[in-house]
Amino acid sequence: MEDTIKTKRMSWGRRNAPAIATAGPVSFWMIVFVLLPMIYVVVISFMSRNVYGGIDFTFTLANYKEMMEPLYLKVIWKSFKLAVLTTVICLLLGYPLAYYIAGKPSATAAKLIMLVMIPYWTNSLVRLYSYNLLGATNGPINNFLLKIGAIEAPLDLLYSDGIVIVGLLTAMLPFSVLPLYTSIEKLDKSLLEASKDLGANAFTTFRKVTIPLTMPGIVGCILLVFIPSLGMYYVPEALGGGKVMLIGSLIRNQFLVTKNWPFGASLAILMILMTLIMMWIYTRVASLDDLEEVF
Amino acid sequence: MAEHIVQLEKVNKYFGDNHVIQDLYLNIEQGEFLTLLGPSGCGKTTILRMIAGFEEATNGMIKVEGERVEDKEPFERNVNTVFQSYALFPHMTVYDNIAYGLTVAKVPKDEIKERVKEMLELVQLMGFEGRKPDMMSGGQKQRVAIARALINRPKVLLLDEPLGALDLQLRKQMQIELKRLQQKLNITFVYVTHDQEEAMTMSDRIAVLQKGVIEQLDTPDEIYKHPASKFVANFIGESNLFDGVVESVDGNTVCAKLVDGGRMKLDAEGFSAGDAITACVRPEVMGYSLEPVEGFDIKATVKNVIFIGSQYKMYAFLDNGQEIKINRTKQDSNVREGDTIWLHWENDDAYGIKESV
Repeated sequence: MEDTIKTKRMSWGRRNAPAIATAGPVSFWMIVFVLLPMIYVVVISFMSRNVYGGIDFTFTLANYKEMMEPLYLKVIWKSFKLAVLTTVICLLLGYPLAYYIAGKPSATAAKLIMLVMIPYWTNSLVRLYSYNLLGATNGPINNFLLKIGAIEAPLDLLYSDGIVIVGLLTAMLPFSVLPLYTSIEKLDKSLLEASKDLGANAFTTFRKVTIPLTMPGIVGCILLVFIPSLGMYYVPEALGGGKVMLIGSLIRNQFLVTKNWPFGASLAILMILMTLIMMWIYTRVASLDDLEEVF
Repeated sequence: MAEHIVQLEKVNKYFGDNHVIQDLYLNIEQGEFLTLLGPSGCGKTTILRMIAGFEEATNGMIKVEGERVEDKEPFERNVNTVFQSYALFPHMTVYDNIAYGLTVAKVPKDEIKERVKEMLELVQLMGFEGRKPDMMSGGQKQRVAIARALINRPKVLLLDEPLGALDLQLRKQMQIELKRLQQKLNITFVYVTHDQEEAMTMSDRIAVLQKGVIEQLDTPDEIYKHPASKFVANFIGESNLFDGVVESVDGNTVCAKLVDGGRMKLDAEGFSAGDAITACVRPEVMGYSLEPVEGFDIKATVKNVIFIGSQYKMYAFLDNGQEIKINRTKQDSNVREGDTIWLHWENDDAYGIKESV
């Protein structure tokens, strides 16, 4: 009893001192550099643009209406499509690789993970422009295919959706392998044996045991690949040669080229909403503990 | 001749250069409770895993129900396993765990429901269908694991130290339940454990293993009374071993000189003068007196006496340092720490081991 009374008597500051001391600095940081800018983006997405490229602080829904124009819907849809495709391919390539690595002794696994991460550490622009050289009309790939007679005229490899996806894939694969590896490595191998023991073949075991139990990793992989792929603008810029317009580039252009900040902001909000929906789905599938492990 | 439900013939298993199973012959009979007993690393779990199909024998023949299974996948063999760590599917309910074997075999839903109910009754877990494994105690998980393995109606149930994670009291209770279950269902149980008491409690026959070789395969009674080797004598229960050389044989009675000096006699068959012999005397039949006894010359010094509730354990040691264990139900007030005693036994209380190594 006395203790509770004492607690009540303590000043607000004294009672919350530990919380302020520990969570305070990072909260301050997040408020100043994340929350406030976010609020600003939300606010200006409802404002209009003045003739000089500045912001006219009058409320309007015009930016959101503008998004519904076929021209922009097409860009949004295409970005979505490419991001989904990239995610699916990452999952299909990343899962077997992660499975293979998880089956190795931990020292070997660490080395293999390192190999997976190396492309991530190389300068992405250098890497992207090297694809341009590889895929050029008289580049090594076309030369090789011509030489072996597989094609008669050089393929138009550059500035296509295809090469943009290749670029996205190389940027994203490391992120897909890590969460998958984490969850597959955690999978108790005796569960797979139990499944086989009870009469399930390899495929059924994979479907009924492996997939459900590595679902946090799968969803983690989807999140880590889908969200950045959606907003990635330098990959399509570098490889698409301006021919492949995605939502990331669109937003960048609104801010830096056309100077229509309010419209850019509304597009950014749309992207954040898409991301939040994905996050929401994720929390439905995986528990919070798993979420912490993936990130 | 009894039908062999599982046969292993000249089975070898190497892990790299490590020869873990050496020329193993093992016939398991229909309906028996056979225990593979041995210290860790003796290969007992490997044998079980080879029968289940998780481990491939390097060479040799394995038959289940008279059919060779070496090349069959685990899911093609009519044996089921209860795993050491239960290996229950954490994402499924108790019902789905137990039903798994039938679900993957695409058995009709109604039949699954009925058979799961049957299993839940068998292991006394009615009402737990909807629980997830992580909401259950160790003993309950164990029951689920057993029910899950039994629902496929296997001919042989393989159990890999299934009680290892349970506390002593629960383990004893489960031992009796498992034995009852096995008798009720009349299924062959192959049970792996390193706990000799557990093996003695449940088994019809015990195979004592050491370093990938079966040292002895017999009933618990026989193994306890007539251990085939010093290893078995030490591993199954407590024993006092005396190494000696046979001096003379008179009918059944063998007189021998101890290697480290002294004399002893015992009933043993198949020995002749000059043979090496090891007398195995259990602590409860180990005799002693304060004066030398005819035919024996083994002197020991009493170290201490410990009361453990059901009995008094006296520890003494020979001149060569060997420890001697003597168990009595009553305290002997004539013997104190540091006293000299003379060891002896009834001729038929000792068993003569011929070490063939």
